Amino acid sequence: MATKEYAFYPGCSSQKGASASNYLTSVEAMCKTLDVKLTEIPDWNCCGASIGYAEAGELPRHVLNARNFALSEQHMPGKEIVATCAACWLGARETRERLTHSETLMADTREALKEAGLTINEMPNIRHMVEVLIEDLGFDEMKKHVVRPLEGVKIAGYVGCQTNRPFGVDGESFENPQYLDKMVEMVGAEPIPDYEQKVTCCGGALAFSEPEKAQAQIKDIVESAYDHGAEMIVTPCPLCQANVEIYQGQVNKRYGTKFDIPVMYYSQLMVVAYGGDAKAAGLNGQVIKARRLEEIAAKQVKR
Amino acid sequence: MSANTVVAEKYRNNFLKEIEEQVEMGDWVKMCMQCGVCSGSCPTNFQSAWEHPPQELFMMIRAGKREEVLTSTSMWNCTSCYNCIVRCPRKIPITHIMHGIAEYAHRIGMAPKMQATRFFSGLFWKNCTHTGRVNELKLSLGLYFKDGFVQGVKNGMAMQSVALGLVKAGRLNVLELFGGHKCKDQKGIHAMLAKAYEIERVRKAAKMAG
Repeated sequence: MATKEYAFYPGCSSQKGASASNYLTSVEAMCKTLDVKLTEIPDWNCCGASIGYAEAGELPRHVLNARNFALSEQHMPGKEIVATCAACWLGARETRERLTHSETLMADTREALKEAGLTINEMPNIRHMVEVLIEDLGFDEMKKHVVRPLEGVKIAGYVGCQTNRPFGVDGESFENPQYLDKMVEMVGAEPIPDYEQKVTCCGGALAFSEPEKAQAQIKDIVESAYDHGAEMIVTPCPLCQANVEIYQGQVNKRYGTKFDIPVMYYSQLMVVAYGGDAKAAGLNGQVIKARRLEEIAAKQVKR
Repeated sequence: MSANTVVAEKYRNNFLKEIEEQVEMGDWVKMCMQCGVCSGSCPTNFQSAWEHPPQELFMMIRAGKREEVLTSTSMWNCTSCYNCIVRCPRKIPITHIMHGIAEYAHRIGMAPKMQATRFFSGLFWKNCTHTGRVNELKLSLGLYFKDGFVQGVKNGMAMQSVALGLVKAGRLNVLELFGGHKCKDQKGIHAMLAKAYEIERVRKAAKMAG
């Protein structure tokens, strides 16, 4: 019997062979250590992300998220929904908020869901994985499992936008949230409290459609990490991770920089600190290899 | 008569009312006190400058500058970072209004045709609702080939190293071209979305008639 159980909404990017598949790999290993049981919502669908807005309209967007709520209720009544992706979490939370505050929107959503043979009776709680870690488990519990502290590794905590705004993690400020730095500290590494690009936007979907605009922002985010002597960047968001990591080569061409800094998920740091190997931490999924972490992950753990 | 002509005639000389009734969260526009915090907080306005940043769009709406607002590329620069929302002293849901104005301009055929983010936004929604889940490979290719085959190949070549890096890391699967991830109940998803569009259409039309 697991300590904590949740309905799990992994999201499109974490599927096998997709852009954040290594995030899921590390989350699975992390949850195994922490005895957190995630049960995937059967046949879950895309949240529509923020960028779907031109065609989505209001109701279709909420209906799309509501289908996941309905499936979760049908298969795992009463369970909270946990998302690992910032956009999934944000989209689902926004739908929860709107439907809770508008009887009309709720009634319209129920009518549309009927077409898929589904219904919602109770609105589920929508949680991000970092909320589960911080609020349900706590830093002391997370720290207990550290057997291989990432000593001497300097890491810039890049929170980004959608895990931070407009909802954010309870008790944190929008301008300077502390939890990611605390997590870096928790795994035994060295945080950079003065990292001023902590909540800068990575450009989101504009990294695809208008790369020059997004890459100007990515440049600031990476440059500041270097300025503070970071060896790697860590983030809780799949799109932040991808944008900040995979376009460094293009940024280098555009600006004449020589960026080559690994961008990790908090869960990867935790798996390595918990004694997991490189594969369990999804380190093979880095486009810019995290050599320092690979070295640490190869070390024997004294138990 | 085009969709645009119909609404333009109905709301003649009252663009604010048009926005309030037809745009998601549009009834918040009149709350703007022109402080400019949104414009100063916007990453893409800061880096490359919108033609009309949010607070300016709000004033233009009140001034009845219908054509300029709806044909503007400005709101398509939104990265959905939500900085404007959390900083607005009036708690105006600015991000949602930007998306809402963009969606409305798109719906009535006023949005700039070749605007890249407009194209990508539509592409994303079609991509994810087609099978219920995003096909990242088709999404990228769809964007690269937006201006035709030759340009598509050029764009693809420019992105080659990025794509190759992802393939090597196991984060981009070329087999996605021939299918890929999908939901089982696609029929149900399509039916429920069709219903949602229908309900929304009826509600917007009722507002216009009422």
